[in-house]
Amino acid sequence: MNSHVSVPDGTRAVVADTAQADDVVRLDNVKRHFGATPALDGVSLTVRKGEILGIIGRSGAGKSTLIRCLNGLERPESGSIFVEGRQITGLDERQLQPFRRRIGMIFQHFNLLSAKTVEENVALPLKIEGRPRAERFNRARELLELVGLSDKAKAYPSSLSGGQKQRVGIARALAARPALLLSDEATSALDPETTRSILALLKDINRKLGLTILLITHEMEVVRSIGDRVAVIDAGKIVEEGPVWSVFADPQTDITKSLLAGIRPQLPAHIASGLSPVPGGEAVLGVDLAGTAAQGTLLADLPVAFRLLHGGVDHVQDQAVARLYLAVPSGALDKVVPFLEARSARVEVLGYVSGNA
Amino acid sequence: MSPVMLDLLIQSVWETLLMTGASGLISLAAGLPLGLALVATDRGGIAPNPWLNSALGAVINAFRSVPFIILLVALIPVTRFIVGTSIGMWAAIVPLSIGATPYYARIAEVSLREVDRGLIEAVRAMGGNRWAIIREVLVPEALPGIVAGFTVTLVTLIGASAMAGAIGAGGLGDLAIRYGYQRFETSIMVAVVIVLIVLVCGIQWVGDRLVKRLDHRV
Repeated sequence: MNSHVSVPDGTRAVVADTAQADDVVRLDNVKRHFGATPALDGVSLTVRKGEILGIIGRSGAGKSTLIRCLNGLERPESGSIFVEGRQITGLDERQLQPFRRRIGMIFQHFNLLSAKTVEENVALPLKIEGRPRAERFNRARELLELVGLSDKAKAYPSSLSGGQKQRVGIARALAARPALLLSDEATSALDPETTRSILALLKDINRKLGLTILLITHEMEVVRSIGDRVAVIDAGKIVEEGPVWSVFADPQTDITKSLLAGIRPQLPAHIASGLSPVPGGEAVLGVDLAGTAAQGTLLADLPVAFRLLHGGVDHVQDQAVARLYLAVPSGALDKVVPFLEARSARVEVLGYVSGNA
Repeated sequence: MSPVMLDLLIQSVWETLLMTGASGLISLAAGLPLGLALVATDRGGIAPNPWLNSALGAVINAFRSVPFIILLVALIPVTRFIVGTSIGMWAAIVPLSIGATPYYARIAEVSLREVDRGLIEAVRAMGGNRWAIIREVLVPEALPGIVAGFTVTLVTLIGASAMAGAIGAGGLGDLAIRYGYQRFETSIMVAVVIVLIVLVCGIQWVGDRLVKRLDHRV
C-alpha cells in the first residue's frame, strides 16, 4: 500500500495517527470470498470523524462488498470491523440492528418505498426505532427542508425526478442522526448536472452537521469534487490511500492512473502515436506538479526553450495540481529534468519526436 | 318470472355472496401469511429455511392438484367436525376456504416475490428486523398485486361455489341446476347467468379501481 502522508508547505495537515476515539469505522485485515474469488483480500481501513472518504475502484473490485460489511449486510470471513470503537464482527442480526441505526445509507437506485409518501419514507428509520409519530414527522419536515424538498412531503416517489429521489434518500439516511453516511454509487444513475447538485448537498451536510461520509464510486470526478481522502481498491485490496490532492498529483499505481485518466489531461492521441523510443529531436515530458510548485514561475525559469504541448492546472481540495506535457530539445534533458525534480516536480520522459510534432 | 322465483333468485344471490365472501376472507387471512412464509423461507429470503419451504410448497401443491368437487366430498369429515354438519351453505364454506387458500397463497407469493430486493436491503440497512421488513416493505409494496390476486380468487370462488350446490349449499349454481337445468326453466337459467356476469364484472371493477388507487409504482 502506498501512503501519501507528505504534506507540502501551506497545506492543512493530515495527521497520520489520530486517536482511536476519532475513528468512526475501523477495518482490520477484513477478508471475504465469493467462491474462489476474493472480494476483500485483507482490507484495513479507517474512517475518521468528520471526513469524506472516497473509495474508488472498477466494478468488481470489491467496493460494494466493503461497504456492505460496514453495516453487517455482508459478513467477513476473517478480520475485525469496529463501529465507533465497538466490534461488530460476530454479532447476530438482532445485535447488529442498533449499529445499523448509527449508519445511514444511500443507494444508486435510491431504494425509496413506492407505497409511502416522501415524508413517510424520510420518517421510516425513526418508525423502525419506535419513535412517536409527532417526533418522526417533525424530523422529516426538518430534513426535507434541509434537502430543499419541503413542497414534496405528501408526494409519492414515483412523481419525483432522479435528483429529487436521491435528495429524499439523503434525508431518510439522516433521519436517525447517524454517525456515518454510506453512499453506494449514489450519483451513478444521475446526469452530470444533478450529480453536481447532489455532491454539493453531501459536502454541505458534511460541513454543516460535521457528518462523516464514506462514498464508494467508480468515478474519480466524485472523489475529486468532495473527497478529503481517497482509497483505491483493486482486486479486493486497498492499493493506494491518501489525501485526494496528493493522490491526484502523484498517483502511484497503474490502476489509480487509469482511474484518473478521464479527468487529467492526457497526451493528445496524434502526438502520442508519433512518439519514438529512440532518443533524438525533442523529448516529450509528462510533468506533475502539486501545491505551490504548480503555481510558481517554474516554467518561466526553465533553462531552455520549450514547447508547451498540452496540459492544465486543476484545483483539488484547494491545492493546485498540474499535469503538463512539454517538448524540450533532447540534448537539454540532463539539464531540464534535474531542474524540475529539484522543484519537487515529477518528470516522466514519454518518448521523442523528430521535430514539429 | 314469478314473484316466488324472484325471491328464490334473490336468496340465491345472497347465499352465493355470503359463501364467496366468507371463504374469500378466510383464504385471504390464511393465504397471505402462507405466501409470506413461502417467500421468507426461500433461499435468499429474510428467514431462509429450505426444509420448511419445500414442505410448505408440497402441501400447497397437493391441495391445488385435487379437483374442487373431489375436495368437497373428501373434506366432509373435516367439515362435519368444524361446522357440525356436512350439508348447507355454512358447510360449503369449509371446503371452499381450504380449496382457495393454497390458490391464493401462490398468487400472493408471486406478488411478494416481485418486491425489489433493494428495498428490503434499505430497511435492513436502517436497522429494521424481519417484522419491519414484512410490515413496511413486503406487504405495502406488494399490495396492488395482493389486491388484484384477491379479486381473481373471489371470481374463482363464485365459480367453485356453484359446485357446492352438490352438498346442498344453495346459491346461484344450485338454483341454475335444479330449476334451470332439471326443470327446463330457461328463464331461470338465463337470469342466473346474467346475475353471475354482473357479479363477476362488479367484483372485477371494484378490484381494478382499488388496485389503481393503491399502486404508486411508476
